[in-house]
Amino acid sequence: MNRFYYDLHIHSCLSPCGDEDSTPNNIAGMAALSELDIVALTDHNSCKNCPAFFAAAEGYGITPIAGMELTTAEDIHVVCLFETLSDALGFDSYVELNRMHIRNRPEFFGEQLILDEKDNLKGTVPDLLTSATYFPIDETKDVVSRFNGICYPAHIDRESNGIIAILGSIPPDSPFSFYEMHDGEKRDEYSRRYGIPKENIIISSDAHNLPDIRDKENYFVLDAERGDHETVRKRLFELLRGGNK
Amino acid sequence: MTVESFQNRFGLRAVCMPSPDKRVSGAYVGDLLSWVMGRAEAENVWITIMSNANIIAVATLADVSCVLLAEGVSLDADTVALAAEKGVNILSTELPAYEIAGRIYGNV
Repeated sequence: MNRFYYDLHIHSCLSPCGDEDSTPNNIAGMAALSELDIVALTDHNSCKNCPAFFAAAEGYGITPIAGMELTTAEDIHVVCLFETLSDALGFDSYVELNRMHIRNRPEFFGEQLILDEKDNLKGTVPDLLTSATYFPIDETKDVVSRFNGICYPAHIDRESNGIIAILGSIPPDSPFSFYEMHDGEKRDEYSRRYGIPKENIIISSDAHNLPDIRDKENYFVLDAERGDHETVRKRLFELLRGGNK
Repeated sequence: MTVESFQNRFGLRAVCMPSPDKRVSGAYVGDLLSWVMGRAEAENVWITIMSNANIIAVATLADVSCVLLAEGVSLDADTVALAAEKGVNILSTELPAYEIAGRIYGNV
């Protein structure tokens, strides 16, 4: 058993609010500098920078996870993680068909850049990615499961787009077992108040720029060797699925 | 005014009305349930587009006279059944929140 330090919620320059320096390549490099082991790229409603992130991660020895921060119909943010890049890209196409298409205003939100692993521009996404999808929070888990992914509500300790702020509480019949918090110091308080086992609270940065990426601080204990990315990923998903109801 | 006369006066659809005699007094508009919990007052008409089942708990907690769903928002059958069980009145309208609020302003 080994400790694997993680940050499972990072935005790249594809997200409208993401810093332009947050290229997939720079994120992989920054994560390696921070000595993280497992890192997920989770742009708003898109996985289009995940291929570049996977390619860049190879050079840095971190285990990349393809993810997305989905906006539900209620404007609740949900972190979705996929075991394979192809599942993530399949989900990406599905979400594109099921979200509101409102033109991005680059002068306000910045361009939504798709890059390759060497920071070369491959394209931009013309419609604002933060707009809501048509999936209600109750259906999100089933939709993500169809693409072999797992998901859980993001930053439940935040006013903006957190499940507690929007729904007033965690619904009694919530399908989720895991929940993400931004502020690790409030983990005990939230665990007590909302009856979530402490080990089911994931702490991640929601970094929109490079300096905000987490330090080596939060970890999973997994039965895998560091560097064996396939096994690390497999064990991580077993853990996240096992906790799910 | 009772919820039932309120519904008739403004031509609203009754999704479920287990407590038609509840008194109506003033209104509150909001979709963030954590805000509504702390701000809606007893006997208010609560106008919202939120359809998650948690609206029933919030309506009970704030003791509003009814939930008025704007923009033709609908609830799933389980949520309607829960509202009936908890005695929460649910009305609906095709009008946006702004317009229905404007119509009832000063009249309830």
